[in-house]
Amino acid sequence: MNFSEVFKQSNQLCKVSPDGKYLATCVQYRLVVRDVNTLQILQLYTCLDQVASMEWSSDSLFILCAMYKRGLVQVWSLEQPDWHCKIDEGSIGLVSSRWSPDGRHILNTTEFHLRVTVWSLCNKSVSYIKYPKACQKGMDFSADGRYMALAERRDCKDYISVFVCDDWHLLRHFETDTQDLAGVEWSPNGCVLAAWDSCLEYKMLLYSLDGRLLSTYSAYEWSLGIKSVAWSPSSQFLAIGSYDEKVRILNHITWKKLTEFEHHPTITNSKAVVFKEVEKRPQMTLCFSFQFDSASHRCLVSDEIPPLPVQVPVVKPDPDRANPKIGISAIAFSVDNRYLATKNDCMPQSVWVWDMQRLGPTAVLEQTAPVRFFAWDPRRPRLALCTGNTKLYLWSPAGCVSVKVPVEGGFQVQSLFWHCSGDSVVLLGKDQLCLCYMTKGHSALVV
Amino acid sequence: MPESSFEDINNIYVSSTMPPSRQYSQSTIPLLPFRHYIGNTEFCTENNTSECMLYISQELLALGFPSIFFDLNGLRELDVISALNSMYGLLQMHRRAVGMLAELEVEQLRVSSDLHCQQLTNSKLKDQLELSKKENLRLCERERQLEANTKALHHCLKNEKEEVQKLQNVIASRASQYNHNLKRKEREFGKLKERLNQLLTDKKDKKQGMDVLNYVGRSDGKRSQWKTGKTDSRHESDMYKALLNEFDKHQRELMIENAELKKVLQQIKQEMVGILSPKRQSGETQKEEKPKEFTDQQIASDEEEENSFKGTSEMSCEHAREQLSNSIRQQWRKLKDHMANLDNKASLVHLGQGINEEMISKEVHQEEMERLKLEIQQCKDFIHTQQQLLQQQLSTPWDEETAAVLTDCYMLEEKERLKEEWKTFEEQKKNFEMERRTFTEAAIRLGHERKMFEEDRATWLKHQFLNMTFTDQMNLKTQNTLSEYAVQEQKHISSPKTPL
Repeated sequence: MNFSEVFKQSNQLCKVSPDGKYLATCVQYRLVVRDVNTLQILQLYTCLDQVASMEWSSDSLFILCAMYKRGLVQVWSLEQPDWHCKIDEGSIGLVSSRWSPDGRHILNTTEFHLRVTVWSLCNKSVSYIKYPKACQKGMDFSADGRYMALAERRDCKDYISVFVCDDWHLLRHFETDTQDLAGVEWSPNGCVLAAWDSCLEYKMLLYSLDGRLLSTYSAYEWSLGIKSVAWSPSSQFLAIGSYDEKVRILNHITWKKLTEFEHHPTITNSKAVVFKEVEKRPQMTLCFSFQFDSASHRCLVSDEIPPLPVQVPVVKPDPDRANPKIGISAIAFSVDNRYLATKNDCMPQSVWVWDMQRLGPTAVLEQTAPVRFFAWDPRRPRLALCTGNTKLYLWSPAGCVSVKVPVEGGFQVQSLFWHCSGDSVVLLGKDQLCLCYMTKGHSALVV
Repeated sequence: MPESSFEDINNIYVSSTMPPSRQYSQSTIPLLPFRHYIGNTEFCTENNTSECMLYISQELLALGFPSIFFDLNGLRELDVISALNSMYGLLQMHRRAVGMLAELEVEQLRVSSDLHCQQLTNSKLKDQLELSKKENLRLCERERQLEANTKALHHCLKNEKEEVQKLQNVIASRASQYNHNLKRKEREFGKLKERLNQLLTDKKDKKQGMDVLNYVGRSDGKRSQWKTGKTDSRHESDMYKALLNEFDKHQRELMIENAELKKVLQQIKQEMVGILSPKRQSGETQKEEKPKEFTDQQIASDEEEENSFKGTSEMSCEHAREQLSNSIRQQWRKLKDHMANLDNKASLVHLGQGINEEMISKEVHQEEMERLKLEIQQCKDFIHTQQQLLQQQLSTPWDEETAAVLTDCYMLEEKERLKEEWKTFEEQKKNFEMERRTFTEAAIRLGHERKMFEEDRATWLKHQFLNMTFTDQMNLKTQNTLSEYAVQEQKHISSPKTPL
């Protein structure tokens, strides 16, 4: 594993272009575009204010920089550095800004979610979409980029509108049977739209592309409901994580519960391997003494595998607060559909990995600090996670490995994401970033 | 005689006291032999007066009375006064005794009546005790039931309390969530109001707009189209096409999966039938003859079923599916039964109750296993040594000469042999060629000679014909025919050039 040198970034704004060639970072009001392999600066753009959000267009030709306080969006071109585009929302304000899937339209959500303005970079047309809903995930584009689902609310009722991204034609508009629609998400095959209610009611609705209600699923009443949702890449499964610390898997044929994964504090299942990170004092291990010697070293601290039954540390949440720290807050499927990684907020230091073929737990990764972020490799079943300390943890079915980021002065890994080729991981600290290149042939990591 | 008066007195006494004592004859106090006093004719007669007197005096003396006799000149004379006194004393005694008896009898009566009372009360108390014990048991039982009831109710109460607690928690969390949402909405509302105020008071209204250097072409390079009814319908059709494609793909996958599963089921069924049928056909004990027949029939019917099923295997209708799954279930049940039988047999064998022909005993089985293991080990060793030798051979470094010489050294002998054989083969081939050539030449020569011979013959015949003058016209025909025949013959001989 090779680590690159450290670069500055602000606001955790760092994105790799969809074609994988460029890395764009924002440092205060500057946008820096680098080549991913050499990390040489290719372009440098200056925005009018501190950038709040940055996004690549789908064809990797343009970058959008949004400055919410000023209500401005600036678009930069990679091919033509002197091309400029500025969208000023004026007094209506700006709350969020994103690209459309064709990379030629920008959707700006105004303040107070009054409307969504669709600006076109190809012509003078401007479209307005009224009554968008301010919720957890109100807007979603289908994977092929043809359709957009938008959650709307008017007259105290929830609606979903399906637009054709080609010309923003309203394809379908239907009411949903929810109390307070919290999010919509397309299935990867683009034919099913999942819509779920807010946490006060457990309700998952599944709509077909043409607006027909396919199925409704509700696991229980009254207690707090859905916290997180994830589709499997093959659209076979829909994983629903809820506040009762369980993940329920629905199958795409009957839309009924296939199984439920329970995050029990005591692990007795012999098929699950528990990897426990153990605090090792520096004098005891030889690894630490070599860490500053070479740039490309391999400092591997292997985790302990304790014998079963194992107790997973549980943190009891404060019951009086809203949005309690309980329940499954993060779910992610691996790219081959085989594994599912979940994080239960009551056990913030553990990440559970489930095997979808056996429908049971295959590994529990217990860290010494609460897990901040985890992400699957986009090419193979390999999971990277970070806990806010200086280490990067990797899990694959072959085993578990942790690497310390060799940066002087420490590099607190707060977030990370994979490069689309799966060959490198971008680690984000508070105001720094670092690339970690996976060397090929590393037997512990490559499956 | 005063005896009769005594009798009367006695009778009176007797009659007064008799009846009660007779009733309680069970009392242990031996009654005085207080029989009806009849005249004492048996004791004293005229003959034995002196003996009687003596006896009486002795008895009286024994009882403590003074003697009734007094000695007068050596003769014992009856002292009437002392006798009377004694008699009086006896009467007194008797009276006293009777009195005591009466008292005793009264006492006894009293006691026995007390006893009777006691017994009655005792039995009554026993009954009461029984009743009260039963009552007690009943009450205990009731208490137990009530306790169980209370326990159950406690349990229910606990559950209900937990339920209530849970619901309260839920309500609390929902309430906090609602409050949170409400606060959030209020804050947003406040912001909205502020913004509205700001906009109303603000003179400058910043308009929204886009400022771009030049418009960029579409990512797919095409021109954008006008929005018409056609585009709307096109969108609809595109959407339905996408959905249909997805359905088709899905259905195809399901069909493939279905076909695979059916195949697997068929295979399983066949294998099960296979497993079950040879076992049934081997020699069995009489007990299992009947089931054997049954299963043979069953197997036959299954085979029929199978044959008929083959034709319907492509059908996916309910009937075919049910048929298949039912037959599989039947086979599986049979297999289970068979396995159960085998288990029983195995356990019997294990207990040493005789070895069945079909089964091999544990020891034999183990021996077989050992032997096989040994064989495997030997084979492994053999392969290992071979591998080693091969490695050795490949790895030893040789110089070029020896390498050149030693390449294919194993095949050298065979190569030499082969070369020799080739040589002989070549020679033979040559010989054959030569012979063939000579034969063909000979054949050609033969042909030539024949031709010559025929020509000669023809000329000779001609000469003959020409020399014959007389019989010209007569034998012309015959000569003609002869010559024709000769010519034909010549043709026949000369034409076939048979290759030799």
